Amino acid sequence: MHMNGGQALIKSLELEGVEVMFGLPGGAILPVYDPIIDSPIRHILVRHEQGAGHMAEGYAHATGRPGVCMVTSGPAATNVVTPLCDAYMDSIPLVCITGQVPLASIGSDAFQECDTTGITMSVTKHNYLVTSAQDIPRIVREAFHIATTGRPGPVLIDVPKDIVDPKNPRSAMDWYWPETLDLPGYKPNTKGHPRMIKEAAKMILAAERPVIYAGGGILKARAAEVLRALAELTGIHVVTTLMARGAFPDRHPLCLGMPGMHGNYTAITAMQEADLLIALGSRFDDRVTGKVDGFAPDAKIIHVDIDPAELGKVRRPDVPIVGDCRLVIEEIVRAVNDLGTDAQPDQGPWKSRISGWQEKYPLTYDQTFDDGGPLKPQYVIEQLRDSTPDDTIVVSGVGQHQMWTSQYWRFDHPYTWVNSGGLGTMGFAVPAAIGAKVGRPDKMVWAVDGDGCFQMTAQELVTASSERIPIKVAILNNAYLGMVRQWQEMFYEERYSEVYLSPDLPDYVKWAEAMGCVGMRVESPEEVQPAIDKANSIDDRPVVIDFRTDSSEKVYPMVAAGLTNSQVTVDPSQGEGGR
Amino acid sequence: MSTSGPEPVRHHTLSVLVENQPGVLQRVANLFSRRGYNIYSLAVAPTDDEKFSRITIVVDVESSPLEQITKQLFKLINVVKISELAPHESVERELLLATVRAEPGIRSQVIELVQLFEGRIVDVGRDVVTVMLAGTPQKIDDFEELLRPYGIEELQRTGRVALPKLDRQAPRLRSVSGKVG
Repeated sequence: MHMNGGQALIKSLELEGVEVMFGLPGGAILPVYDPIIDSPIRHILVRHEQGAGHMAEGYAHATGRPGVCMVTSGPAATNVVTPLCDAYMDSIPLVCITGQVPLASIGSDAFQECDTTGITMSVTKHNYLVTSAQDIPRIVREAFHIATTGRPGPVLIDVPKDIVDPKNPRSAMDWYWPETLDLPGYKPNTKGHPRMIKEAAKMILAAERPVIYAGGGILKARAAEVLRALAELTGIHVVTTLMARGAFPDRHPLCLGMPGMHGNYTAITAMQEADLLIALGSRFDDRVTGKVDGFAPDAKIIHVDIDPAELGKVRRPDVPIVGDCRLVIEEIVRAVNDLGTDAQPDQGPWKSRISGWQEKYPLTYDQTFDDGGPLKPQYVIEQLRDSTPDDTIVVSGVGQHQMWTSQYWRFDHPYTWVNSGGLGTMGFAVPAAIGAKVGRPDKMVWAVDGDGCFQMTAQELVTASSERIPIKVAILNNAYLGMVRQWQEMFYEERYSEVYLSPDLPDYVKWAEAMGCVGMRVESPEEVQPAIDKANSIDDRPVVIDFRTDSSEKVYPMVAAGLTNSQVTVDPSQGEGGR
Repeated sequence: MSTSGPEPVRHHTLSVLVENQPGVLQRVANLFSRRGYNIYSLAVAPTDDEKFSRITIVVDVESSPLEQITKQLFKLINVVKISELAPHESVERELLLATVRAEPGIRSQVIELVQLFEGRIVDVGRDVVTVMLAGTPQKIDDFEELLRPYGIEELQRTGRVALPKLDRQAPRLRSVSGKVG
């Protein structure tokens, strides 16, 4: 069947099961936008290309399916670089299609030309410059395969205009759909090595102070259930990193919550004191390990990851296992069962140390209800947590509000926490929440955002209003770039350089209303609950609540940069902390 | 560059088989710069199969552990196979072209040096000659050192290429091992 390249591209996306894509048209990608009119694929028109990328990420986070975005050449392509890098750092499956100037113009500094494949090479798992319309179905298939298998990640397809433009003879192609893929250099190893798995099982059964260090890979591998089976079988406590919140239920007695720079005291200290860390789909990120030389000094390491390059990158494992987390954990469970848990050492002393830390250093803050007392951000999050369904999807930007949300929310289900971990992209929340809601319209979606973050991508609420995507946004408005302010207070002698934003400029309520949302303002603790209730009752448009929170509130506990995880600073009300 | 005597191995040679597609070299080079790995030299050539090319990279293993470099490299979709060639387990060669001052009075000295190293004169000008030498990197270093006093006008080295040393115990070679000694 004869077809043009643009039609072939859209048809290929349909055959890959794409139901929705996020994008914004322009000169070079025009011919691909024409067949969208006749396609069942829903296209969501964004207001800025960065929004398209983060929406696709939010969609992928919430559904596990690859997110798809499409933009034009030049400035549009450079605008998606941030989401691509974000997706690369957090291993989010993404397929991004960019327009490009016609093949013959490439390299001539043509209007809206940029070297998209060159620019995005280091922020994508792979990218393509299509040079023939005939290659389109093959490249689309390869792109989805690469994005979704192995360690997931973003793949970009750069499409010159002439090969998709029906007016150009170069766009002619004979339709086909490849049954097999020929990627000789890409064969991800999913099955763990049997000898290593047996070794891991033995080590687990011999440990006196073991901790499971669960990372985002658990969620990518759909391994939450089998992780729970392993923890319950062996009685081993689990920490869930920022990217793994929800991978193991917070209400579970074996859950220790988030470790790392702003993790809770028990999670940090349990890892630090462990004699065995079972790292599952985690990558020993610097925000988790603190100073690497002093990290978990007595621990042996079992490290399971689909990406061989992660094994030994930061900390040399005693038992390295390359493989898919779900398959490998299943095998470990089987091996542990074969060996039997009878000979496991008594974990009683270890467990009582853990519960001792939990009692001594819980997360804490102090909300007063006196007239005029400042509203604490943690109080807002707790109220929000307690008045929403427990499978609510929570999305955050980056900074203090992100840490508080991760600390104070209770994540009991996988895929209910969407945030930017590796890259730390401010402005992630609003567009990612939109993408999550599009993917899971059945679920309530709340974005918890900072005032600094909100100002970076708020325009996408226009997209949400016009497309009737009823997300809810809680701005924790402390009038500052709060995390930077915290560092300046603690490490720069309270010299506040360029961090003040003003609580009133912009007027968030008017701004929300101008974008077609319901806007509300909350200034005291008493107003919090009614505002949340009202927001929860609105389901036909987005809602924005401007919570005026205490500017001086800081995120604790904290392991300051450059220190080891033995040097935890707890909330000042809990004394010196440490041991 | 010239070195003498045994020293800890800082260079390691990677022989990387890649799909012969546009941009592959850029991907490899980009990965090295992005991850902060140092390249000493790099040579690219087609293989006997037109679908693949071979990139021979000499890396500085002090900048990063070799294992991490190869693992990251292998993540590139177009990288099909990587062979690590430790210096004592591989045959390495490099080619040098140099244009050297060779006024009539000293030309014979230059020619003698070239002959001593079993190199060749490939071009002759009024006061200069262009010489060529293929050999081990060490030999090339020595040659370059001895040429220098005559006045090097231009010099180009290819970067090394390498293949693994043949295993003399391998069955297909065992029959000739007596002759090889």
